[in-house]
Amino acid sequence: MILNGLFEQELKVVNIGLDSFQQALEQAGFTAVQVNWSPPAGGDEDVMAALKKLGL
Amino acid sequence: MVDIDRANEKALKTLLEARPFWVDIQPAIDIVPGMKKNLILHSGPPVTWERMCGPQRGAVIGALIYEGLAKSPEEAEKLAASGEIEFDPCHHHDTVGPMAGIVCASMPMIVTENEAGGNRAFNSLNEGIGKVLRMGAYSPDVIERLKWMEDVLGPVLQKAIRKAGRIDLKNIMAQALHMGDELHNRSRAASYILFAKIAPYILETMEDLTKTNEALKFQEANIHSFLGFAMSSAKASLDAASEIEGSSMVTVMARNGTDWGIQVSGLGKQWFTGESPVPDVLLFPGFKKEDVGRDIGDSAIMETYGVGGSAIAAAPAIIQFVGGTVQLAQSKTMDMYEIALGENNVYQIPALDFRGTPTGIDIRKVVSKNLPPFIDTGVAHKDPGVGQVGAGLCDAPMEVFKKALVAFADKYAK
Repeated sequence: MILNGLFEQELKVVNIGLDSFQQALEQAGFTAVQVNWSPPAGGDEDVMAALKKLGL
Repeated sequence: MVDIDRANEKALKTLLEARPFWVDIQPAIDIVPGMKKNLILHSGPPVTWERMCGPQRGAVIGALIYEGLAKSPEEAEKLAASGEIEFDPCHHHDTVGPMAGIVCASMPMIVTENEAGGNRAFNSLNEGIGKVLRMGAYSPDVIERLKWMEDVLGPVLQKAIRKAGRIDLKNIMAQALHMGDELHNRSRAASYILFAKIAPYILETMEDLTKTNEALKFQEANIHSFLGFAMSSAKASLDAASEIEGSSMVTVMARNGTDWGIQVSGLGKQWFTGESPVPDVLLFPGFKKEDVGRDIGDSAIMETYGVGGSAIAAAPAIIQFVGGTVQLAQSKTMDMYEIALGENNVYQIPALDFRGTPTGIDIRKVVSKNLPPFIDTGVAHKDPGVGQVGAGLCDAPMEVFKKALVAFADKYAK
């Protein structure tokens, strides 16, 4: 139901991760908000384990 | 497991309640703990002469000539490498030093006292910009200026501050943030406020008109004269909040131009280090990219304290000088709220509706959000003997926060 109506209304896009996706939408005339996000500890497994030990 | 959030509340409260005052000027040999004739203090984590970067080597050469321990740069280099000279970080002696951070026995030192904690911290007087010892220069004019600071400026300021009793530095910093300073790369407003506060006491204690006039002119012309007062204030405040069991708050960020290091309250005085990055620089005319040295100096104590790059949204006038935009400045400060334990109750940013500056860097937030502290800084030439090449922007290396986080988890996640 929601999906069926998705493209019939104004798109409100929030992009997380690679900012090229957001830039591509903007170049196509849409508005998109970019969220600056990267994996915790930059994806470093040892450090992620330390974060986990600390309950984070 | 220790209550980390409670420990951090205590650390942040101690930091916010710190009340630094300028109380005296004294020669390093008389006031800096452990200071001696053959000891040279430097910025950043521990480093040997062999691993020292160019500007720090240059400043050591200058310091040895200034102290009369060597007659030429060649003799100074030989002496520095001989083992007769001891090197130690400023931070191990309740001291901070900008850029190369070289402090030696005869230098007049700013004495700052944190009234709340009862502890003191020290910093040298600022020499101005360009070709100066802290940027690695050691030519005869640099040494001559240092001698003048020892013989004229130091005694003039010493008599004046002793007459004044003490001057509230926190109050000056709070005002300066409302006047376009961020208190690391721009301390022009704070310098003028301090100048206005101390000038009457300089005149009141005047013994020699020519010398007094020289000192007044020097202080008026030096837009960085407050930096030493700001850094010693930050050091005295953060020292009071160090060694709090269970706290993940950063208490030191410092660079020696080779290594970049931090200390964390709950991990005591242990250094966590990594390679110092090369800042993004807006160069002075006549210099090129290849001239740029790695990030250097204890002045990142200002960001640790919750101003400097953390408060860069307060200083639109400086952002162009360091090669950024007003929008970048605001977004950088907003990022720093993401990794801070709280907001300052005294230091405010007018452009952010007088929001308190982001204060108390939490290594847990830095690592989990992969968001490093942001530094705006002076930049030295990579070679000894040249001096400042510009000013720039630099992200702290994530590596040091990751190392600290792993050690913190090993100690406290039981």
